[in-house]
Amino acid sequence: MQDIVKTIQGVPLNHYILLSAIIFSIGVTGVLIRRNAIVIFMSVELMLNAVNLLLTAFSAFSNDPAGQVFVFFIMALAAAEVAVGLAIIVMIYRNTNTIDINVMNRLKW
Amino acid sequence: MNPGELICYILAGVVVISALVVVLTANLVRSVFLFFVTLFALAGLYVFSLADFVAVTQVIVYVGGVLVLMLFAFMLSNKELLNSLRQPAAAKLSMLTNIPAGIVAAGVFTVLAISTKGLQLAAPSGMSLFPAGMLNAGDNTIHLLGVRLMTNYLLPFELASVFLLMALIGAAHLARKGKEST
Repeated sequence: MQDIVKTIQGVPLNHYILLSAIIFSIGVTGVLIRRNAIVIFMSVELMLNAVNLLLTAFSAFSNDPAGQVFVFFIMALAAAEVAVGLAIIVMIYRNTNTIDINVMNRLKW
Repeated sequence: MNPGELICYILAGVVVISALVVVLTANLVRSVFLFFVTLFALAGLYVFSLADFVAVTQVIVYVGGVLVLMLFAFMLSNKELLNSLRQPAAAKLSMLTNIPAGIVAAGVFTVLAISTKGLQLAAPSGMSLFPAGMLNAGDNTIHLLGVRLMTNYLLPFELASVFLLMALIGAAHLARKGKEST
């Protein structure tokens, strides 16, 4: 058991921060370059997951389980967001027969 | 480097590579199914940051709920999927317009990476940042989380439940076939 603790402690916090930054940037890239609504949703989930990972890492390194509580709130938020967003996507598809968000450009200024 | 750390870095590499493929591939089916791999590897990383219950919830909520929902939306909204498979040049067309997006993403990454540069994160002695406190790798965190949720974070917890109910009703109302739309 002590081996496992040592192993988990062996990964420095800097690497978690770097990994989360990379995943978040990948999510930003996906939101910006893709025009498919489902891929954009997956990119948003990637960004939320990057924040979740960083929250759990900081909670482990500061030895406080409160960070994991926030992860659950973010997960509830993400689930609700996906439910409503996918309902909207299905409605958009029903009205325009596509999920390309360039079709929905009437809201642009 | 012991095998545990090696597994952690392998998981991190799997996350990054599969997330890149999810974002960059032109095929939506591969994108959705590779997102499974990303989420499972992220669940493994949660285990490595001492959040076992979060990892289980990740598998249940994301893989079992969110991703299946995405698959449903994908199948409901892609009758012309086979047509798009026949024209592979469409993805290459917008390569030049992706440059500003790449610059913005690189800027975000630079800001995130630089802002943590000056932080004194590593303990001077190496790996002694875990004082013997509440979070131990040996026991599970469900007990601690339950106590936190029912004491310090009771109001956000209740608000989250009301919020989920609102989202459920709203999604059901949005996705139902209205009288005027048919």
